[in-house]
Amino acid sequence: MNMMSESAVEKALDQKMTEVDYKMIGQDVSVYYGEKRALFDVNLNVRKNTVTALIGPSGCGKSTFLRCLNRMNDTIDGCRVTGKITLDGGDIYDPSIDVVELRARVGMVFQKPNPFPKSIYENIAYGPRIHGLARSKADLDQVVESSLLKAGLWNEVKDRLQESGTGLSGGQQQRLCIARAVAVSPEVILMDEPCSALDPIATAKVEELIHELRANFTIVIVTHSMQQAARVSQRTAMFHLGLLVEENDTDKMFTNPDDQRTQDYIMGRFG
Amino acid sequence: MNPTAEQTARSVNWQSKEMAARRKARYAAETRLKIYGLAAISVALGFLAFLLISLTYTGHKAFIQTEVVIELDLSASGVDQSKIMEADWRGIVRTALLQEVGDIPRSEQRQFFGLFTDQAAYIVRDEVIADPSKLLGRQEFTVPMSDPADQFAKGEISRETPESQRRMSDRQIAYFDAMVEKGSITQPFNWALFFSPDSRYPELAGLAGAIAGSFWTLLVCLVISLPAGIAAAIYLEEFAPKNRFTDLIAVNINNLAAVPSIIFGLLGLAVFLGWFGLPRSAPLVGGLVLSLMTLPTLIITTRNSLKSVPSSIREAALGIGASKHEAIFHHILPLAMPAIMTGTIISLARALGETAPLLLIGMNAFITSEPGGVMDAATALPTQIYIWADSPERGFVARTSAAILVLLGFLIVMNGIAIYLRQRFERRW
Amino acid sequence: MTASLLLAILALALFAAFVSSGKAKAVQAAASSEKAHSRPIYHGLNAAIWTGVPAAVLILVWLFAQGTVIDSYVLSQMPAADTVSQSERDLMMSEVRQLAAGNSFKEPTPDIRAGAAVLTSVRFAVQWAMIVVAVAVAVFGAFLGLKVVTPRFRARHSVERAVTLFMMFSSLVAIITTGGIVASLLFEAGRFFLKVPVTEFLFGLRWEPQIAMRADQVAGQGAFGVIPVLFGTFVISLLAMLVAVPVGILSAIYLTEYAHQGVRAVVKPLMEILAGVPTVVCGFFAVLTVAPAIRTLGMSIGVTASPNSALAAGLVMGIMIIPLISSLSDDAFAAVPRALRDGSLALGATKGETIRKVLLPAALPGIVGGVLLALSRAIGETMIVVMAAGLIANMTLNPFDSVTTVTVQIVTLLTGDAEFDNPKTLAAFALGLILFIVTLILNIIALGTVRKYREKY
Repeated sequence: MNMMSESAVEKALDQKMTEVDYKMIGQDVSVYYGEKRALFDVNLNVRKNTVTALIGPSGCGKSTFLRCLNRMNDTIDGCRVTGKITLDGGDIYDPSIDVVELRARVGMVFQKPNPFPKSIYENIAYGPRIHGLARSKADLDQVVESSLLKAGLWNEVKDRLQESGTGLSGGQQQRLCIARAVAVSPEVILMDEPCSALDPIATAKVEELIHELRANFTIVIVTHSMQQAARVSQRTAMFHLGLLVEENDTDKMFTNPDDQRTQDYIMGRFG
Repeated sequence: MNPTAEQTARSVNWQSKEMAARRKARYAAETRLKIYGLAAISVALGFLAFLLISLTYTGHKAFIQTEVVIELDLSASGVDQSKIMEADWRGIVRTALLQEVGDIPRSEQRQFFGLFTDQAAYIVRDEVIADPSKLLGRQEFTVPMSDPADQFAKGEISRETPESQRRMSDRQIAYFDAMVEKGSITQPFNWALFFSPDSRYPELAGLAGAIAGSFWTLLVCLVISLPAGIAAAIYLEEFAPKNRFTDLIAVNINNLAAVPSIIFGLLGLAVFLGWFGLPRSAPLVGGLVLSLMTLPTLIITTRNSLKSVPSSIREAALGIGASKHEAIFHHILPLAMPAIMTGTIISLARALGETAPLLLIGMNAFITSEPGGVMDAATALPTQIYIWADSPERGFVARTSAAILVLLGFLIVMNGIAIYLRQRFERRW
Repeated sequence: MTASLLLAILALALFAAFVSSGKAKAVQAAASSEKAHSRPIYHGLNAAIWTGVPAAVLILVWLFAQGTVIDSYVLSQMPAADTVSQSERDLMMSEVRQLAAGNSFKEPTPDIRAGAAVLTSVRFAVQWAMIVVAVAVAVFGAFLGLKVVTPRFRARHSVERAVTLFMMFSSLVAIITTGGIVASLLFEAGRFFLKVPVTEFLFGLRWEPQIAMRADQVAGQGAFGVIPVLFGTFVISLLAMLVAVPVGILSAIYLTEYAHQGVRAVVKPLMEILAGVPTVVCGFFAVLTVAPAIRTLGMSIGVTASPNSALAAGLVMGIMIIPLISSLSDDAFAAVPRALRDGSLALGATKGETIRKVLLPAALPGIVGGVLLALSRAIGETMIVVMAAGLIANMTLNPFDSVTTVTVQIVTLLTGDAEFDNPKTLAAFALGLILFIVTLILNIIALGTVRKYREKY
């Protein structure tokens, strides 16, 4: 057990930050839905093993930006993305990187828990199966168990893995979805307002989980709750009307932000 | 928490050869799925195209009828102008024909007469009745040729086939060629197909009776099912209390919509013909049976149309003091009318193509005159197709295809009107 | 005659309406103190209803009932009728009717002549009685309708009550129809089972409905075992499903997941057109083109195909059903929430994997419901099999052989010249009963599955 405090640890980590420690970089990212422009030249870097929170009022483009990171915007008809986004230095739109590989490396958890109408085991096993990540049944069992452990759900469901995933409570379903995302060994986990459909106790559990996951994954979380952003993240980015207004250390953002709009939003003057 | 970043338990090499190969295989599987899907659609649409092309190919010739213009001098026949019907027209016409064509040995006369439609004599007679001046001097009469001659003229019977396997003998072909040389053979549009009733002889058979029968049947169907359907839909949608009995009615309606049509035929046979004693083959009975069949679907579509009118309209009407009836009949129903009309026309189009129940109530009889009203025995277009499909003469094969094209034509027009109504008048709330 | 009577009643009703609404207007103008409850048009409508409806209902009932009443009266006047059986009485009655209409095929007996005379005079009397009574009722109704026109009379309520009654009755038509179907099927099938035991019908393995029509005819003994017929229905329906299910589901998959908007806009209407082709057309096409093609195919692989092979009928039926399965599967896929699709794609699955492993299982209840409905349609389908399938009941699984189905037998048994009592015609109703029960069960399961599935999402 280390004697240093939490924030001292993070400061030490931050001091070691160099260009290489950016997991994903977004340069001049714009998104168009048909004729309508939703994002205006966003430049945002996501740091490795960090929780980055995207905040802002409704319709500001934070979810749109999040979906760019794993190319989920490709599935929307009429949606066009311009600019450059890289993962470990490689352009995610480059033909050499397959989108199915990208989406395994950059996983996503959605606002409303969406477990498949299959058993808990099958929900988790789905990803590893299609990517061929498990060589045997024993391997697969192992992956399922470790994913559920990482999601903090193992103890609750270990005796009923064959039951339907949709039969769990809301909070458990969301943790199931997190476990499902973890099972394909992603490097980044994107979370789109993961707690907005959950009760406070389930929310707390998920936030604790995010905290634990940070050690092994890079996390980007969209949240409409500033308190949540303050609780879970180290870096925060504020969006407004499709523009990236400010990106800063979380502490600084919430005590002494650089931009007036950020100040106004945090003070509740709009949103 | 340990400050040094922990390695994840498994790190995956996404760029390995195996992973790349696996991805390739997965995409190949997806392409296969797409191809199967496209193939499936092609099978279905290809069949449709094949059906239409094949029917047009077999049927288009039936829209033309080979006719022959003959010159007859009936002045020597001694027909009494006041007793035209009683004369021996067969004999008269045969004599006159032989006069024209010269001497033919008796043994070949049958073959010669076989080139003309069997009813030629009566066609001539009818022309004389219409215009008695045709009894004097040489007059021209246009008469359809018999089915074998018609098929030969259309190229369906080939000279190459050995005579024993042909429906036209060599002598007949010779006579035919002679008539072609004289310029007596014409191939006008086969109006008889639309305006003549059914007949034993393909060259004279037409759809007039069937079209009239279908018309009367659909009229009865419309008159019964439209008011009843709208009334029932309004009641179930607006007035009926929400209890088990109303649910039972709704379930019943849904089930009836899926009952096979032949069962309705059995019902018609047992109840309308058996118990009520209505006349067999009558469009009245056909219309009754079809209306029972179309009623459930009509009720369902009308209910949906009523549901789609926003309740704010009803509330506004009630708010100014209209009674519930007035709100519905003056406001909601008119707004739902375009959708209801579309649904009605589509239901009628479906009813036009129904065959099985009409067969069971007797609308497949051989009827050679047009029905005058709903109580006269009649056939309907689809049952007429069924009757003709069973007939072996080649001429009927072509006519069956042509009749099908006529039926499809009606269906296209009806559905087209329905779609036009929908585009033009339907409001999107 | 009836038509003109009905038209006369209609004219009277309209006249009564006109007069009543006129009176209402006048009364309203005169009585300035009392506000009239209903507008004049309602008084008019009320009068029209009271004039027309009772008279029309009377005429309808009269027409339906008069046949039986007249017949029994005429027979009662014929002494010869007392001593003979029911069917002979029916025969006598029909001869009387024929003679009265001016057709006679043989020299009629004096009894029949007398009966015909009675019939003509009775018909005359009854018809005029109906006219008189109907007109009287109509006039009385008109009189009443006119009399009640006062400001206080709630004409609108009266009219609305009548309309509601009509609507309620219309809704009952569905129940009455189902009841009628069940009753007539049960009744006639019941009469059949009096002549042929139920066990022989349900478990018999021979279906040869050739029985002697008259006692002196030499013909085979009829065998009425339904199993071979059901077998034939099963074989052809199975062939149809084998074609329709994969093609229908695959086309639905392509249309919902892969097709561009433009392709969808063209293909869907074309599928509707395929669905709208009347079955008699498909049947003709099956006989004209498909069956010979299958014969050629069979010959090329060394199999003799019957001209009305099960394959011809089954294939065409299958293609006819494709649009049904396709559109119901389409609905089922569309009902699967987008979130499931997104969840699978976000895990790095290809679209194909998402369809196969997530969407298809999720949409399965809806698809199964659709397949069951299509199966019910295939079982109840008539024209294609009547024209393309065979008449001999044959228990074979070879698709190149000819089999017969329940619907074919119903049509064949009933479109001949048999009187109503004959076991042959009654057998058709027994077959109809089986058909109705089977399709009803399938429909209930199917509609229930689809409904439960819709509720889930």
